[in-house]
Amino acid sequence: MKQERDQTHLLEMYRLMRLARSLDERMWQLNRQGKAPFVISCQGHEAAQVGAALALRAGHDWVVPYYRDLGVVLTMGMTPREVMLALMAKAEDPNSGGRQMPAHYSHRKLNIVSHSSPTGTQVPHAVGIGLAAQMRGDDIVVWTAYGEGTSSQGDVHEAMNLAGVMKLPVIFFCENNGYAISVPQRKQMGVENVADRAAGYGFPGVVVDGTNVLEVHEATMAAVERARRGDGPTLIEAKCVRLTAHSSDDNDRTYRTAEDLKAMKAQDPVVKFETYLTSEGILDDATKTKILNEIKEAVNDATKYAEAAPLPDPATVKRYVFAE
Amino acid sequence: MAELNLLEAINQAIDEAMAADERVYIIGEDVGYRGGVFRVTDGLINKYGEKRVIDSPLAESIIVGSSIGAALYGMRPIAEMQFADFIFPAFNQILSEAARMRYRSNNEWNVPMVIRAPYGGGIHGALYHSQSIEAFFTHIPGLKVVAPSTPYDAKALLLASIADPDPVLFLEHKKCYRLIKGYVPDAPYTVRIGEADVVREGDDISVIAYGLMRHYAVEAAETLASEGISVEVVDLRTLTPLDKTTVLNSVKKTGKALIVYEDNEFCGYGAEIAALIAQEAFEYLDGPVQRLGGLDIPAMPYSAPLENEFMPTPQKIADRLRDLAAF
Repeated sequence: MKQERDQTHLLEMYRLMRLARSLDERMWQLNRQGKAPFVISCQGHEAAQVGAALALRAGHDWVVPYYRDLGVVLTMGMTPREVMLALMAKAEDPNSGGRQMPAHYSHRKLNIVSHSSPTGTQVPHAVGIGLAAQMRGDDIVVWTAYGEGTSSQGDVHEAMNLAGVMKLPVIFFCENNGYAISVPQRKQMGVENVADRAAGYGFPGVVVDGTNVLEVHEATMAAVERARRGDGPTLIEAKCVRLTAHSSDDNDRTYRTAEDLKAMKAQDPVVKFETYLTSEGILDDATKTKILNEIKEAVNDATKYAEAAPLPDPATVKRYVFAE
Repeated sequence: MAELNLLEAINQAIDEAMAADERVYIIGEDVGYRGGVFRVTDGLINKYGEKRVIDSPLAESIIVGSSIGAALYGMRPIAEMQFADFIFPAFNQILSEAARMRYRSNNEWNVPMVIRAPYGGGIHGALYHSQSIEAFFTHIPGLKVVAPSTPYDAKALLLASIADPDPVLFLEHKKCYRLIKGYVPDAPYTVRIGEADVVREGDDISVIAYGLMRHYAVEAAETLASEGISVEVVDLRTLTPLDKTTVLNSVKKTGKALIVYEDNEFCGYGAEIAALIAQEAFEYLDGPVQRLGGLDIPAMPYSAPLENEFMPTPQKIADRLRDLAAF
């Protein structure tokens, strides 16, 4: 029984990672076809995102993500249709009704908090949610994410400091892909690991291989348990790879070598997990085909649905500045 | 009915809001046992405990940023900036986050939060304890800015701000804290956000002011009354949303307007009032719309003669009113 359950769990991990990758790839295609002005990618972060998000209780715990977290929001329950509606800036988009750029996630019913484009500003919000939950005695965990570039922001420091002082149930999840757009890590920080900084705030910092979904999942489970026990925050640094340019408006060939990208592609988390599942006998060809077909169908459906969906009415542009 | 100063009225409002609603809490620097450096939160920690009266680390962005998060979760935070001059590390949180949350989420999220900030000069606070900050913040759609000048208005408007479903920047003039006293009813009463008040009626000139300048304007108006010039004083009380009707009605009646504010004059809040009058009351004007603001120097100097030179005073206001009356 347990083995069966574990296998289902592992296959769900795989499905979510594959779904994130396929949706992401479709978004680039739509961008190149001129149907989506902007794409910013999760490719290379899928293991980190799905591994972490599956450690949370969807609909109960709170998520304060950043723009790469497609794998996270899918795991928390956002549908491919909802993602595509945002990509094409349609009125029905639950993230922002087409007001924000794509990948600025928000979904109130799923406890996914709206975030902006200035980096790191969402991290204090996660701490405030944790503070409110602590005041009310709720047993939620708040998970927030950002890149290693953003770890330089003052807001991230201020947030971790308060979380440490008050022992708040917050997980700081740094997805380190080695680049802040074009700037490599060696120009961003004097430490080897972002997680080393946790010691300065009085809580544990853990480094995990962000291309290994099981390792990320285990570390996040431990952080969730710690937070729910009331023992306070954890900083998890997932060492990821970035398999695309920063965004559809970037050209990474101007600042990174073909070798660098090749080395990162060799660490492709989706391929790695697929190889693992196959070698363990968990993923056979029939299962894989079934999963991939279902994903293809979902991505096609989402694309078609979003393309047909109406754009926002210009008459609504002044709405919701304040309560109406 | 009790006679309170501005500071006591604000303390009473926070106390009543915290007693009535468990979601209300206060966070800021020294707000706990010290009761705030001005003593606005005096006694609250003993009544409501450390969980609801939170002495924060010395970091303004997290005071505001964490309050945004708590508000999203359903709380009603009151974030105290120790001095308005120190609000700028939190500017990004206010501008990019609190004020835009409702709009950017298409009405899914909102931030019911109050940021209290003691502002204004004339108290020997020098460059960094005297500033008026309203021009930066009234430029932000999605943020309400309230600046009461009397204990009566301050208490009711703070309660209205706490109850408001959107973020409010609540400006408290430091010189008014203990200087301005007034009767505050014991029974509940309301003053709505977005309503100005004609605090002195007159026929010849309208003065539009707020905060300490409202009191200085009344003083100047009384001086001019003895010279046969009748001055009307409008206290805006709320800066955004602006009560255009009350301002325009007053100017349409008197035909002349002087806008008085303490901030640097150039691009200050008064410029918006002047533009409003010029656009919407032009045919009623008998003289040029006038502004009297602080000097356009980086900020208020410390030494008394320099500080006095910066500040609009009742005398300076009276002089400008005489000129305008003679026009």
